[in-house]
Amino acid sequence: MTTTRREFLKASVAASTALLALPAFAQGSGPRVVVVGGGFAGASCARALRQADPRIAVTLVEADATFTACPFSNVVIAGLRELAAQQFTYDRVSAGGITLVRAMATAVDASGRSVTLADGARLSYDRLVLAPGIDIRWGALPGYDEAAAAQMPHAWRAGEQTLLLRRQLEAMDDGGLVVISAPANPFRCPPGPYERASLIAHYLKTKKPKSKLIVLDAKDAFSKQRLFQAAWAELYPGLLEWVPLSKGGAVTSVEPATRTLVTDFGRHQAAVANVIPPQKAGRIAEAAGVTDRTGWCPIDPATFESTLQRGIHVIGDAAIAGAMPKSAFAANSQAKTCAAAVAQLLHGATPATPKLINTCYSLIAPDYGISVAGVYQPSGGQLAEVPGSGGVSPAGAPRATRVAEAVLAEAWFRTITDEVFG
Amino acid sequence: MRTLVAAAIGLGSVAAAVVASAEPPAGAASCTGCHPASSRVTSSVPRLAGLDRAAIVRAMQDFRSGQRAGTVMDRIAKGFTDDEIQAIAAWYATQK
Repeated sequence: MTTTRREFLKASVAASTALLALPAFAQGSGPRVVVVGGGFAGASCARALRQADPRIAVTLVEADATFTACPFSNVVIAGLRELAAQQFTYDRVSAGGITLVRAMATAVDASGRSVTLADGARLSYDRLVLAPGIDIRWGALPGYDEAAAAQMPHAWRAGEQTLLLRRQLEAMDDGGLVVISAPANPFRCPPGPYERASLIAHYLKTKKPKSKLIVLDAKDAFSKQRLFQAAWAELYPGLLEWVPLSKGGAVTSVEPATRTLVTDFGRHQAAVANVIPPQKAGRIAEAAGVTDRTGWCPIDPATFESTLQRGIHVIGDAAIAGAMPKSAFAANSQAKTCAAAVAQLLHGATPATPKLINTCYSLIAPDYGISVAGVYQPSGGQLAEVPGSGGVSPAGAPRATRVAEAVLAEAWFRTITDEVFG
Repeated sequence: MRTLVAAAIGLGSVAAAVVASAEPPAGAASCTGCHPASSRVTSSVPRLAGLDRAAIVRAMQDFRSGQRAGTVMDRIAKGFTDDEIQAIAAWYATQK
């Protein structure tokens, strides 16, 4: 069901005699939920809302016709997968009774309960779900602005940037220096920079073995660190060097014209430079007033409702989800939890206490996978790991285990993208 | 049905109870991140919908105790109580 915006607005206006004191379901017509952002979080939530109660009128606002998934985009950078395998349309999402509005949401009126689109049109809602993912904090790393990303790609939002980094690696001479700059916490996909380093190292080892890769890190510790480092020593000795914060790894500025990364300890002129910059919640979150001073969105851990604005829920990478990492799996898990809570709240009921799961696979080589898993529940106003649960793949496991996890990683991608977009 | 709808409109809590019975119990919605919701998907990870309730309970308990080796399920099962496992198993057993 793809409705034109005009038809949709007509329907919204007709249904917008808001009696906010009553549960939305008690007001006669089906309640309206607007979801902004069509990634793993937003598209999952839109679908889960329809599943929770088909009487809910769900509108998904997304500017792009195609979603490009970040998980497995490091394999694209390494030249082992095509970008098309990362791309999904919203055809089946909208076929499921969700109204798709292809537009950029630019403002939210939290007290008037409406979302404004780029052309000035407004969508009224009973509850709003924001799933805007991340934005780059341009300029937070001196020298790294939008123009710099054309020279030193971030490739942290998949698409053209992914292909640009791949082309730069392909164009590089054997013997070149590749530098990756990894940011301080928090950021999208905590193990992502290290998976990327691994797969670029795999590319260099197989195609340009005289080259070198340096990871300059603003941290001293990272996700699945021991597993990564053990595998690097085994697979990429002498090729991949990780420089932690305490050894001068923090990049303090960049000079795009010469692809130079500056630290307190020196300057690295790279043939290919991948700057993974500081990030914040996607722009609409700030416009809606749901970000705090960190640039991310504090939420109630049971409902994902913003603690700053009533009636607005925030899910996925934009949310401050306590111990849950900013991952596609977490986004999908949060989306379904949030949808169930929103359905309850629209009935005037109290949502049940949820339990959420995260599982993240990383590839260190195409046939070498590792994972981290966790189970989470609300505790002390945050999502906390259930004591005794979760953890990473075993250290020192046989290679067959790593092969099996690489296979499971691909199965996971097929499974989750089918649930969200299929 | 008409009575039920009328009651639901009058009393939010009644409507909530009706909705709640169809809702997955705590944790269950997350499983389909890896266990395919649809039979379209090719994966060695089994679909849970329609599986035998006792079989799900046994698998979760064995993963949790370490009696059964898992790749990630050993780590995930440790996050669930017996009651939660029972509820999840009962819910998936009735799904299609």
